[in-house]
Amino acid sequence: MVDYQLDDVNPEMSFLEMLDTLNEQLVLKGEPPIEFDHDCREGICGQCGLFINGRAHGPLAATTTCQLHMRSFEDGDTIYVEPFRAKAFPIIKDLKINRSALDRIIQAGGFISTHTGDAPEANSIPIPHHVAEQAFDSAACIGCGACVATCKNSSAALFTGAKVSHLVILPQGKAEAATRVVQMVDQMEKEAFGNCTNTKACEVECPQGISADDILRMNFEYNKAVLLVDGK
Amino acid sequence: MQLNAKIPEGKLQEKWARYKATCKLVNPNNKKKLDIIVVGTGLAGSAAAASFAELGYNVKSFCFQDTPRRAHSVAAQGGVNAAKNYQNDGDSVYRMFYDTLKGGDFRSREGNVYRLAECSLSLIDQAVAQGVPFAREYGGYLSNRSFGGVQVKRTFYARGQTGQQLLLGAYSALSRQVAAGKVKLFTRHEMLDLVMIDGKARGVIVRNLDTGELERHAAHAVVLATGGYGKIYYLSTLAMGCNGSAIWRAHKKGAGLASASWTQIHPTSLPQLGAYQSKLTLMSESLRNDGRIWVPKKENETRRPVDIPEEERDYYLERRYPAFGNLAPRDISSRAAKERIDAGYGVGPQRNAVYLDFSHSIREYGIDIIRERYGNLFSMYQKITGINAYETPMMISPAAHFSMGGLWVDYELMTTIPGLYAIGECNFSDHGANRLGANSLLQACVDGYFILPYTIGNYLADELKTGKISTDRPEFEQAEKQVVEQLTRLTTINGNRTATDYHKELGALLYDKCGLQRTKEGLEEAITRIRALRADFWKNLKVPGGHQNVNSEVEKAGRVADYLELAELMCWDALTRDESCGAHFREEYQTPEGEALRQDDKFQFVSVWEYAGPDQDPILNKEHLEFEEIKPAVRSYK
Ligand code: FES
Repeated sequence: MVDYQLDDVNPEMSFLEMLDTLNEQLVLKGEPPIEFDHDCREGICGQCGLFINGRAHGPLAATTTCQLHMRSFEDGDTIYVEPFRAKAFPIIKDLKINRSALDRIIQAGGFISTHTGDAPEANSIPIPHHVAEQAFDSAACIGCGACVATCKNSSAALFTGAKVSHLVILPQGKAEAATRVVQMVDQMEKEAFGNCTNTKACEVECPQGISADDILRMNFEYNKAVLLVDGK
Repeated sequence: MQLNAKIPEGKLQEKWARYKATCKLVNPNNKKKLDIIVVGTGLAGSAAAASFAELGYNVKSFCFQDTPRRAHSVAAQGGVNAAKNYQNDGDSVYRMFYDTLKGGDFRSREGNVYRLAECSLSLIDQAVAQGVPFAREYGGYLSNRSFGGVQVKRTFYARGQTGQQLLLGAYSALSRQVAAGKVKLFTRHEMLDLVMIDGKARGVIVRNLDTGELERHAAHAVVLATGGYGKIYYLSTLAMGCNGSAIWRAHKKGAGLASASWTQIHPTSLPQLGAYQSKLTLMSESLRNDGRIWVPKKENETRRPVDIPEEERDYYLERRYPAFGNLAPRDISSRAAKERIDAGYGVGPQRNAVYLDFSHSIREYGIDIIRERYGNLFSMYQKITGINAYETPMMISPAAHFSMGGLWVDYELMTTIPGLYAIGECNFSDHGANRLGANSLLQACVDGYFILPYTIGNYLADELKTGKISTDRPEFEQAEKQVVEQLTRLTTINGNRTATDYHKELGALLYDKCGLQRTKEGLEEAITRIRALRADFWKNLKVPGGHQNVNSEVEKAGRVADYLELAELMCWDALTRDESCGAHFREEYQTPEGEALRQDDKFQFVSVWEYAGPDQDPILNKEHLEFEEIKPAVRSYK
């Protein structure tokens, strides 16, 4: 652990702008900057992610690290900043981590196998409003990994469940539902993620408010696939 | 520099079909002998990489983010246009073509723009097939909304996260091909140079950002899908990592760069609050469907907005542009806001904003409908500002956003370097001097999914005899050596200013002189000052930590070094165009009402810039724009 002191922190600054300010000072002193992940800084790319005072993305609910502002802290506070920790997320340097395990879960089946080019006319499959909205709720995942970081088992069940749910709720995604869920869950287990024990801590920290019901749906789909399709 | 746009012969409506029917093809068995490099994994890059792989080519895909899904297409909020005419409100491919051409102030190619509108139809089908959860009506059919500069509802959307959902669709297609072994993915890799062999693009030098190591990659064609360079203004709506380095380095190798200074300044972003600020957050243009823009009629007004009575509010867009009102195009809306702010009617602590007010819509439709339409935008606004916009108007301000300029490409999306393609925002093509809202996701997707997979075959068909290209060739060695030299130089100046500090100074200067409004004197002054700043950068920059490891300062410094050169070119581009068109507003050329005044007799061409060497004035080439179908008219939204 390293201690840094920073003066003149403006309450309107974002948390990452506070780190920028610190880094500018370090660089001028000839020290390498503190490495941390970030890009869009508007809560949508999912690249930022710090464990702040013991919570993934800091004290606010439904808020990414980049959307957190210094007005959420008191003058004179000591703030503890750590990377997202999980065996499946090796640390690259300082606060930068490698989350490619999440990509591999998607590669295992998080898609609808359709070719580029001529697809059926978009309105030929009516999808009721509430179904589209429900699929969207799951599709909104930004892949930041806060669910993994906050879970005592480092499980990626919420991340995987969200993609399984997004695609299985939609009629277009039903054809591959069984193979998809089995392959994605298998991949999740191959990576160094732990098992879900239903504490639902993930749901509390998810910046997109993805519901832990998606985990139930994934388990349901998985069991259905194994029992009905594979006949195991 | 040879500029042949290669627009196919024939009627506008038949050009693309004719092209597709007559271009050369590569037979399926031969495709696996051909390698393609795609740099960038936003909508254009992911779509192209996935499509190439499906066709059977071997693809290497690079991005600087830690996963392809984070490319900045993810942040586009409002929607994607398509001429489906589901609303039966008079839309058609032709109308969309006309709206886009007019929106761009008649500074784009008819053939390209028509193809964009034409391909918009398939794109929606394709996205739905991938599982993109677009908004639906209660009956289950797709819903639409309006965007600026248009009088029909042709925008498809997924709440305020359309870019995210489209990108996740493209990312899923890409992931499928990674699993199939047809795409090799290189995340956290940044392209630092283009490698040319015998005048053709043959590879790239990339830096692995996790280790600092340099790598060489060869291919039969190189595709740049590296997005826009609006971050050059430092404060912009772009992501922190967005940059212009790939296109700039390609430009230095001979690729023409067109309309460099045409930057869209978006009218609805959050205003700047302080010098520490790292970016400006965009509030989707879709908000203008239900929000009304106003400023107080009294200068330096101090009352709270809710306390200002209706008759003391100036709904200046509705006043100046009654036919389009709050949905006037972006360039016009931004300038109108600046005009009010400069005249002393701005609001907010810095008096640099205008109000965007939803109280009328909330009264009309109820708060729940407004929440469903824009909930995520309102909560984003609250997170950043601490203000509840359901109760009091939002405060918004213009911010640098989209690069209409970029690498010059022909109808096949090839740059002036054979085998080098540019797709999506990093090319200059379809938007003319001003892009219409919700056309950017469209162009990125269409370039990547529908156009390049055809046109690249026309080139690669002749590459079969080339065989594997070795990265041991002297051209690769030479390119890598130059990259090492530059990295070494950047990290050993050991001066007293940070890269960010230079970036901020450059951005402020450029925004002032080559932003919403430009003048001859201002641009001349800017060129001198940018040259001085560049010289200072190479004398006084400080980058601790070396380049052979993880070091975000090295990444920033390299990008700023390129910005310091690109910025000068932008000023040349603006200086040599003695007219106003779209986002390019030269104060000397305006109507008595303050609207842009084109000079069609002198400037009906695309400015295509050629690199002339370090610290040399760039060379201007011209592609004349032919209008066969329509007559450029005065662009009026009144
Ligand atoms: S930086 Fe993109 S979500 Fe935080």
